Amino acid sequence: MKKTALVMALILCLGMFAGCSAKNEKKVLRVYNWGEFIDESVLADFEKQYPEYRVQYEVYTDNEIMYTKIKNSTTNYDVLFPSDYMIQRMIQEDMLAPLNFDNIPNYSKIGDSFKNMDFDPENKYSVPYMWGVLGILYDTTKVQEEHFTWNTMFDSKYKDSILMKKDMRDALGVSLKSLGYSLNSTDEAELSAAKDKLVAQMPNVLGYTNDEAMDKMIAGEAPMALQYAGDAFYCMSENEDLAFAVPEDGTNLFFDSMVIPKNSKNKEMAEKFINFMCEKEIAKRNAEEIGYFTPITEVMDALDEETRAFYPKQEILDKAEVYKYLGEEVTGKYEKIWSEFQASL
Amino acid sequence: MKKTLHYIALIPFLIWMILLIIVPLFLVAYYGFTEDGNFSLTHFQQFFRPDYLKVLWRSLYLALVSTVVCLFIGYPVSMILSGKTFRKKTLLVVLLIAPMWMNFLLRTYAWLTLLEGNGIINALLQVIGLPKQIFLGKAGTVVFGMVYNFLPYMIFPIYTSISKIPRNLIEAAHDLGGNGVTCFFRIILPLSVPGILSGVTMVFVPGVTTFVISQYLGSGKITLIGDIIEQQFLHAGNWGFGAAISIIVMLVVVLCMWIVNRFSDDPGVMMP
Repeated sequence: MKKTALVMALILCLGMFAGCSAKNEKKVLRVYNWGEFIDESVLADFEKQYPEYRVQYEVYTDNEIMYTKIKNSTTNYDVLFPSDYMIQRMIQEDMLAPLNFDNIPNYSKIGDSFKNMDFDPENKYSVPYMWGVLGILYDTTKVQEEHFTWNTMFDSKYKDSILMKKDMRDALGVSLKSLGYSLNSTDEAELSAAKDKLVAQMPNVLGYTNDEAMDKMIAGEAPMALQYAGDAFYCMSENEDLAFAVPEDGTNLFFDSMVIPKNSKNKEMAEKFINFMCEKEIAKRNAEEIGYFTPITEVMDALDEETRAFYPKQEILDKAEVYKYLGEEVTGKYEKIWSEFQASL
Repeated sequence: MKKTLHYIALIPFLIWMILLIIVPLFLVAYYGFTEDGNFSLTHFQQFFRPDYLKVLWRSLYLALVSTVVCLFIGYPVSMILSGKTFRKKTLLVVLLIAPMWMNFLLRTYAWLTLLEGNGIINALLQVIGLPKQIFLGKAGTVVFGMVYNFLPYMIFPIYTSISKIPRNLIEAAHDLGGNGVTCFFRIILPLSVPGILSGVTMVFVPGVTTFVISQYLGSGKITLIGDIIEQQFLHAGNWGFGAAISIIVMLVVVLCMWIVNRFSDDPGVMMP
């Protein structure tokens, strides 16, 4: 978040200057991505390859913020990086443009298991960018556990120890899973129980944060954080006391894919951007920088042993659930429960 | 002729006010009072639940505490500033204003780093043999952040109103046998009420509605009403509910200010 905030401030400034300068006649490609989710030097390489374009890069901290902005703002973004359930929702609400795969020849490099996934069954709208799992990043000097389950985060011996994610699906998902329910529960009683469990967890919680949790874990500020696999590996590369565990009771498996919103004004260029991101060299640099898992087979094969060791084993994937878009009514229920939870803090 | 000039000079401000205050207020009212384009009060009904009321109460309470703290710190400073015996006045004023040259977000962010578990303040505590403290995520720290950010807005209006008190009133009080304490309570304090009221307004109102301070220094654990409003607009996409809460907060703030202004004889004091 520290970095994200800085980058955002910088982008704002640059954006303003760009708006003022008259000689800058370049066309603008607007890319809206998660914070800390790219090796930013690849953007410069893209601009070198397509000198008539300038990439305007902006970041968000969760799917819902991105969705609300796309839905309500008049800004025409060209490339977005939503997760599975959000792609499903945006397809249902007719917010995405079908891709012309003639402009994305690199799509053939994507591993077969990452094509035609449930959220985009005919694979018309999305190209997978990264995938990962949710787990617990912990400080080995402060936490000694043989087995991690989601209930570890609710254990009263970890008072003032845990950084939770300020993300509706993740926070409620962890709570649902620890109660033995599905991450995609639509049952009001289960959701309400999940909320109560989060409220009861408060004495353990140091903070509800997003990307700033990474800086805090690296600085040794907290013993435990709910974290995505990729961000966790980045933290581990910066602080060797840190380790990552995927709870044994099953976790969330997620896919963040590249899509083009319907109101994009540079669809062809956006497709070329997506293709560029799937180039072997570029995808490798991104995967190495951010630590998430690549869906591109040849990139995965090219990674060193140590990095590949992080890729989750089949038994973890077998037990994992992907978030589904649960429809407007149930999503409304989630939003309501989440707002009520925050209000109860 | 002079009148026409006045009106012409007012035009830039009128345009500003209409575009940036009146129109947005109408938009807020529109979103708050409609559902799918029809008049409806559902968004308001949604708010009256114990947990949202608790958040509103917490926001008012923390803002009130900050205001009182600001007043107790700020009033003596204003007195010293306006006294003629204090020679380092310019220096003090510069010191008070200097933090305001830096952006509000950065200032608050700086405190985040200072107050962290392994931050400078905890390091100092350990040097003098005290145990590490958890500062972030506590209501007290949020109040501290508000006081830190809003203190100058308390000091300057009070300073201005104390400076405006004619010297000879104070001298007269002394001539008539009043000691320092009597003079303070019967002359200075009553005459500085307008300054106190604008100071209170300028600290209390931003305090009730802040969401940045609570998010940074509260680590997302202290939810204020501003956080809920932000959440509805940016996250839940429920603009109607967000607008309804904004209207409720505006009404509550106006009500508070109306009560505060009842204490003043001067009808012209800073109504928000």
